[in-house]
Amino acid sequence: MSPRLYRTLKISAEIAVPILLLVAWQLYTLARDDPKFPTPTTIAGEFQDLFLFSQFDTHVVPSLERIFVGFAIAVVIGVALGIPLGLSRIGRSAAMPHIEYWRAIPPPALLPISIILLHSIGNTQKISFIAFFCIFPVLLNTIDGVRAIEPTLIDTARSYRIPTHERIRRIVFPAALPQIFAGMRTSLALAVIVMVLSEYFSSTDGVGYVLLISKNTFEFKPMWAAILLIGILGYLLNALFLLVERHVLAWHRGWRAATPQ
Amino acid sequence: MPGWVVSVVVPIVSVLAALGLWELISRTETISQRDLPAMSTTVQALWSMIQTAAFWIAFGQTVRGWAIGLGLAAAIAIPVGIALGSSDFAASAFRVPIEFLRPIPSAALIPLLFLTLGTTLKSEVFLATFGAFWPLLVQTMYGVRDVDPIAIDTARSFRLGRVERLYRVTLPSALPYIFTGIRISSTVALILAFTAELFMGTPGLGQRLNFYESFGLNPEIYALALATGLLGVAIHFVVSALEKYVLRWHPSQRKGTTA
Repeated sequence: MSPRLYRTLKISAEIAVPILLLVAWQLYTLARDDPKFPTPTTIAGEFQDLFLFSQFDTHVVPSLERIFVGFAIAVVIGVALGIPLGLSRIGRSAAMPHIEYWRAIPPPALLPISIILLHSIGNTQKISFIAFFCIFPVLLNTIDGVRAIEPTLIDTARSYRIPTHERIRRIVFPAALPQIFAGMRTSLALAVIVMVLSEYFSSTDGVGYVLLISKNTFEFKPMWAAILLIGILGYLLNALFLLVERHVLAWHRGWRAATPQ
Repeated sequence: MPGWVVSVVVPIVSVLAALGLWELISRTETISQRDLPAMSTTVQALWSMIQTAAFWIAFGQTVRGWAIGLGLAAAIAIPVGIALGSSDFAASAFRVPIEFLRPIPSAALIPLLFLTLGTTLKSEVFLATFGAFWPLLVQTMYGVRDVDPIAIDTARSFRLGRVERLYRVTLPSALPYIFTGIRISSTVALILAFTAELFMGTPGLGQRLNFYESFGLNPEIYALALATGLLGVAIHFVVSALEKYVLRWHPSQRKGTTA
């Protein structure tokens, strides 16, 4: 097979397979005719009716707000703690047991506690809950990023008597940034999951609330539409994040391309 | 400070300090004892909890959901990952469906499973498997793609067959990636097994938490969360130890090369 024919076949497969899967799903659900499994076209219609845009403000906006605020708080705390911990061996040794514990606990185990402690099922509780669990990927990656910095860089800065805060701002932070971004990306995906969990547990609005209500009323169409929405949300947030990352880390890629590995 | 002080004494002191702080905050009513039961009260609740058979049955059920979910995910994701990783054509054919299915948080499937499969082990296992499948699949694909082409060509020139190449070259060199996938997936599977129990009422630790919550038994709620965290830590250690053992021949695990 010529390379050109192979390339053409490959691209057509990349387009054809998703379409075939969609058609198969449509035919299967049509034949099954079960209200629990509506056809993709029905789901798409319901999705359009609900979220484009009649309930967008009531249910999508609150969820997005919780994700963004929770995520932003987590990034600030994660980096602010991660840099000193990355630089201090004793600090790391003291913090690690706590980090390992909170990272290993399944988030839903803390849902009731978050409600008891904060006396809230509103934004305070949702945002704190999201922020808490999103800290760990950022924190761990920041620590690793700081630890991986070339010691000569730090020593050079030190021998030029560059003050600590300048050293952190100009050397440590930029050098750790690619790794920090890797942690942020994990956290963003986690934020969507934790948002759904906390809203599904108890809430009065949001995408998780749509899931909860449609479960309680046995309405399968809005449930599937909400699942679709959450999938799209996860996909778009990740795509958006990669775009930002490419822009912010442009200097880093240029630098890596210029240095032989 | 000498090394052993930093690596042994400091963590112990730090954990004890945190537990002491917890006790202090609660006893001085900085946060009321109703909202934050004291550390000693919680540990007492945990102590009497672990003396009941009900706790250990629930514990076993959660571990069972985790184990079956992770096992099934590995049984499906590793072969599929090898197939997609070794064929450029298959990888691009399934790229779009994978990219769209992967970011769907399994949590979104809970209500659907609740109404279709019901409050059964099946729901719990499905959820755990679905969640654990994706990290393993992606890691296996990366691992297989990263196999040194010279090693493959060498094996080919020694006339090793397809199957033998898979066992002797591809699998061993992809194994570190696969184990990273297993580590991630094992955490995910535990989270989802617990989540299924909490939200759907499948028997296990999550269901016990739901029970304590509906009766407002705060010390028990804290004790159970504490126990769940310890289970998470234990599973993490077991999987990491297994990884170290299986990969003991690999440079990343040998002494002197801390990755």
